[in-house]
Amino acid sequence: MTSTPAIHVAGLTKTFGPVTALDHFHLDVATGEVHGFLGPNGAGKSTTIRILLGLLRRDSGEVVLLGGDPWQDAVQLHRRLAYVPGDVHLWPNLTGGEAIDLLGELRGGLDRQRRAELIERFRLDPTKRCSTYSKGNRQKVAIIAAFASPVELYLLDEPTSGLDPLMDTVFQACVRDVVGRGSTVLLSSHILAEVEALSDRITIIRDGRQVESGTLAELRHLTRTAITVQTRSALAGLHHLDGVHDAEVEGTRARFEVEPDAMATVQRWLADREVVALTSSPPTLQQLFLRHYGQRLTDAEVADDPDGGDPATGGSAEVAETWR
Amino acid sequence: MSAQPPATPGPTGRRRAGAATAPGAAGASGGAGASGGAGAAGAAGASGGAGAAGASGAAGASGASGGAGAAGGAGAAGVTSGTGGAGAVGVTSGTGGASVTPTTGVADGGTGMHDPDHLGASSAPGSASELTGTLRLLRLAARRDRVVLPVWIVTLAVLWMASIASIAGLYGEATARVQYAVTVAPNVVARAFEGPIFGTSLGAVLMTETFGVFAVLTGVMSLQAVVRHTRLEEETGRAELVGSAVVGRYAALTAALLLTFGTNLLLGTVVTLLLLAYGLPAGGAILVGLLLMGVGWSFAAVAAITAQVAGSARGANGMAGAVLGLAYFLRAVGDGLGEGAPSGVAVISAWPSWVSPIGWGQQARAFADERWWVLGLFAGLVVACVWAAFVLTRHRDVGVGMRPVRAGPATASRGLRSPVGLAWRLQRPAVVGWTTGLLLAAGVFGAIGDEVDAFLETSDELAELFAGLVESGELVDLFVVFLMGLLAVAVGAFAVQGVLRLRSEELSGRVEPLLSTAIGRARWVASHMVVMLVATTSMLLLIGATSGAAFGLVTGEWGERFWGWVLAGLVSLPAVWVLAGVVVLAVGVLPRWAAAIGWGAIGASLVMGQMGALFDLPQWVLNISPFTHVPAVPAEDLEWLPVLVLLAVAAALTAAGVVALRRRDLVT
Repeated sequence: MTSTPAIHVAGLTKTFGPVTALDHFHLDVATGEVHGFLGPNGAGKSTTIRILLGLLRRDSGEVVLLGGDPWQDAVQLHRRLAYVPGDVHLWPNLTGGEAIDLLGELRGGLDRQRRAELIERFRLDPTKRCSTYSKGNRQKVAIIAAFASPVELYLLDEPTSGLDPLMDTVFQACVRDVVGRGSTVLLSSHILAEVEALSDRITIIRDGRQVESGTLAELRHLTRTAITVQTRSALAGLHHLDGVHDAEVEGTRARFEVEPDAMATVQRWLADREVVALTSSPPTLQQLFLRHYGQRLTDAEVADDPDGGDPATGGSAEVAETWR
Repeated sequence: MSAQPPATPGPTGRRRAGAATAPGAAGASGGAGASGGAGAAGAAGASGGAGAAGASGAAGASGASGGAGAAGGAGAAGVTSGTGGAGAVGVTSGTGGASVTPTTGVADGGTGMHDPDHLGASSAPGSASELTGTLRLLRLAARRDRVVLPVWIVTLAVLWMASIASIAGLYGEATARVQYAVTVAPNVVARAFEGPIFGTSLGAVLMTETFGVFAVLTGVMSLQAVVRHTRLEEETGRAELVGSAVVGRYAALTAALLLTFGTNLLLGTVVTLLLLAYGLPAGGAILVGLLLMGVGWSFAAVAAITAQVAGSARGANGMAGAVLGLAYFLRAVGDGLGEGAPSGVAVISAWPSWVSPIGWGQQARAFADERWWVLGLFAGLVVACVWAAFVLTRHRDVGVGMRPVRAGPATASRGLRSPVGLAWRLQRPAVVGWTTGLLLAAGVFGAIGDEVDAFLETSDELAELFAGLVESGELVDLFVVFLMGLLAVAVGAFAVQGVLRLRSEELSGRVEPLLSTAIGRARWVASHMVVMLVATTSMLLLIGATSGAAFGLVTGEWGERFWGWVLAGLVSLPAVWVLAGVVVLAVGVLPRWAAAIGWGAIGASLVMGQMGALFDLPQWVLNISPFTHVPAVPAEDLEWLPVLVLLAVAAALTAAGVVALRRRDLVT
């Protein structure tokens, strides 16, 4: 990673009438990385990307894209980036192939060989009219048009919505491909597996604010490992240990979650009680994500959804508070 | 009017002009074109509109109506800003639709109610369930159109009132009516432009002067309404959502037809009441109301078919619009080819008039020797078309037309790989359609140019109108100025439609991938402007040449006369471009109102520029229209100053629009 960021967003605010879409939002994407941009629907992901594209104008804040101002220098910057919207609208009477060529050409030319290869890999029929494409196929058109252009930065706004799992894999290969050649990718998504699989760093947005940002490892650090354990001695007192949460103890069996920092202590404590069986589930982004949005669940839905109130949400309110 | 035919939908039928815009004389052509977009629409609109304008120009009375029509068009357009606008509103209604009909009981009630009308025709097995949900959908459609359809009806009613008052004023005296009838009956041009005359009663004169125009407007209203609630719904994906609810296969089409039929019933009733209020005989008044309703029902039924056949909503509107234009054209031909009756005050039309629903409406001879049986023709046509539409519905997948979509090239040709290439590709159907329609009109008008003297005798008002255009000059020159001015406004309507494409591209989200490439907003606007500039120039050049050639073929006058026609067309170009500039500015500054402003400008141009003299509007009002400033070539010498000023204004408006567009958020 070099020192010049591909994207630098600081204190970005954007309102639509009475609605505040972005509220002092921060985002930093280093050159050469795949940056996961996570958030639920309506959190402000697309608004951010459209401001980065110069389609929307920011109210206030600092936005630097590839060293330029996305509003002022839109055209110059667009030569160096490619964009895949989450919902691709195409001209109904053009064929997919024509749309790919048109978009690629307007971006400053595309790699014909790569275009052919991508069409092959994504199994797109380029002779069909755009009006007859399914959502997934329209998505493929935009993805192919983007990846067939050798650019520095790819802005992908929920690019795989509508793609089948097979094509998802092809898409991931494409992302790795362009990153391998030194490009930067901003990948907005609400599909955690995809982000987890591809991203070097992640920014989580909620209600127009950044709630978390860091490497996958750093973020995992914030999540807990779930442990189920069976011992010979009774496990009384487990829930008094620091860093242990949501402990359910039944004699010599227990289920609980443990913070990364407390893991060593807990292990020693368990070892003293002669472990018979132990399973641990690694921390996933899922938990982190749920924790950020879990508060809403706690507030609104937990009451009538016992499963919704599971480990992740239990301690989430307080944690989320401290992250504010 | 209680004894009207079946199908009386409960809710007030109203429809939004979503696709529609601008009813009104030439405005009507704009409307059809706007929503139709596809070539055919342009053509239909053009010929229909031109005809309408011609008719209205012919006498003060309908001159007024034509003008008001254009203004009304502006009103209607104002309601919704273009096709794309449908999206926003529709989303909500669509969602409403999804929650439609959880209980079958209600829906079955609906089925029972509407069964006789359409089911008889569909003869489908298990048809009761296939109509499930019709009533709910009808209410949804009525709710969505609650602004547009009332605006149409009110506008048309006001136009009728204006027409009746004006005709009553002009032809209040029996002698005036007799004189009118004896001039119109034997004159080919008058018969073709105005309509056939069948007697000397006030009602008969009124029918001759106005029925054609109102039939066209009613047709536009009806066909757009049907397409709006069928094909456009499918295109937006809302029909899918609704169709997944407890809704029968035929429910959507039935609801659309019922709404449209109901609206026309209401319109017919209003017209009958207006005629009665002016003291016209009850029989004729009722007949006219029914005839107008019949025309509306006919084109609703035609649209029900084109909505199944065409590849898109635009295409469906275009096809139905083309049928409408053809219907008007056929009746003009039939009446033109006909002959004066022995009485000297009536016409016997030739057969083409009988192939056209608009012709039927006139041949029913309201307020003369009324032929009520003509209503049976409408009934037959409506039943046949609706039956065919339902049969087609059964054999069609949602969202696709009957014509299979052919595969296309796998790569873009060199021509397409630029913004201008794309803009041309998008506008090509409209350009072809409008050009075809306008050239047809130009040819016909050019060919009858030598009969203009006789034509002018039919109406002092028209003579006055001509005289108002220029101080002096040969009658033929004046006719050239008048006609080219009119056709230029039609070209202006095309230009408005073309520039509004900027807005529809934005609303549809298609501009997002485009502007995320290295194409700036200014270049994007420029690409569409280039197409508009080249297309309007070619169109006016061809229109002038076609009229000139047709005139030359008929009269043998070429040379200077021919170039007069061509120059008269070209000299209007800057005014056309001013209108385009107005739309660019609107798209930049008031995007939501762009469609309304654009079509309003067309309507206003028509009223002020072409009909202004009739209304005695003050000069400063007339000066607002760019067409007022167009030099009256060939009747007068070509003055360059106004031309240059208009060019400058057009450029300034466009530039201001681009600046504004670059400063605002795009709708995404």
